[in-house]
Amino acid sequence: MTLGFITLLLVFQLVGEVISKGLDLPLPGPVVGMALLFLALVIKGNAPDGLKDTANGLLKHLSLLFVPAGVGVMLHLHLIRDEWLSISAALVVSTVATIAVTALVMKGCCRFVDEETSKEPNDG
Amino acid sequence: MDDGFTQIWVYLSTTPLLGLTVTLVAYQTGMWVYTRAGLHPLLNPVLIAVLLLVGLLMLTGTEYRTYFDGAQFVHFMLGPATVALAVPLYRQFQKVRRSFVLIAAAVLSGSATAALGAIGVAWALGASRETLLSLAPKSVTAPIAMGIAEATGGVPSLTAVLVILTGILGAVLGTWTLNALRITDWRARGLAMGTASHGIGTARALQVNDVAGAFASLAMGLNGLATAVLLPLILGLIF
Repeated sequence: MTLGFITLLLVFQLVGEVISKGLDLPLPGPVVGMALLFLALVIKGNAPDGLKDTANGLLKHLSLLFVPAGVGVMLHLHLIRDEWLSISAALVVSTVATIAVTALVMKGCCRFVDEETSKEPNDG
Repeated sequence: MDDGFTQIWVYLSTTPLLGLTVTLVAYQTGMWVYTRAGLHPLLNPVLIAVLLLVGLLMLTGTEYRTYFDGAQFVHFMLGPATVALAVPLYRQFQKVRRSFVLIAAAVLSGSATAALGAIGVAWALGASRETLLSLAPKSVTAPIAMGIAEATGGVPSLTAVLVILTGILGAVLGTWTLNALRITDWRARGLAMGTASHGIGTARALQVNDVAGAFASLAMGLNGLATAVLLPLILGLIF
């Protein structure tokens, strides 16, 4: 992890926060920062190795980072106690449905992509 | 408790050191259990860490705010880590540039199913507005999902827990669902796992197949962006 690339990530986050608050967007500032960094990489055409290392370093323990917020659920245990049935049903049904819909749409799309790819030698 | 110990406790509980240290110890305990159990999805390290910490705070009668004063140093890194998600997203995007539009269509239909399916089922069973708004982004990777919950009026900490539970469900039920539907294409299988259950589904997909892992990782990033942009609009129409 290099200081320069950590600074870069913070600058993108800061710009994201300013845009999000300034334009009163319902988007979280860090997500705007992520979208901007993604666009910058697409325009630049490659990701510097140092940036890759810094991102990997941060993301390696990504799940640690949401532990403190997760512990906050102790303030909302009443919601889980009162609504556990609707919450569990919603989680199970929507998760299985999401897997099914995404896979089926992608399966249809893959067929399309493969046809397109197999045509390529004739075109070129 | 004797006086000396009480004094030390009173001192420590007002410094950030204690909250920060217990967070790291709890997380590493969770990682240890998870690794020991052969990376079984039911023994998710974050879930273990959260349960340990909630138990500890309740036993010691410590307020969440006191704990968070210390743990906020870890929490702060969520912002830059979210921005950093652009890097793996870009790397996966480069590999599939040509068929990107089709992949995006599949992920978008999954995003909509996740949010609307969860809201629909919970609403039909009489869930409160707070719960509905916290449920909506549950298929998105936690750092983005919490940001979305905060922006749309949900409870970010409840969302964090629901996100983890969704990840576990996807990792446990994914293979079964995909086999039942006879999906054999690794790209489709990976994309489905990443869209439905973010990082936990991606980790599961990676254990099985590299191509599936790469598509899961792409789906996770895309779903995060898509949900962050579209969910506030959809919620605006519903509520």
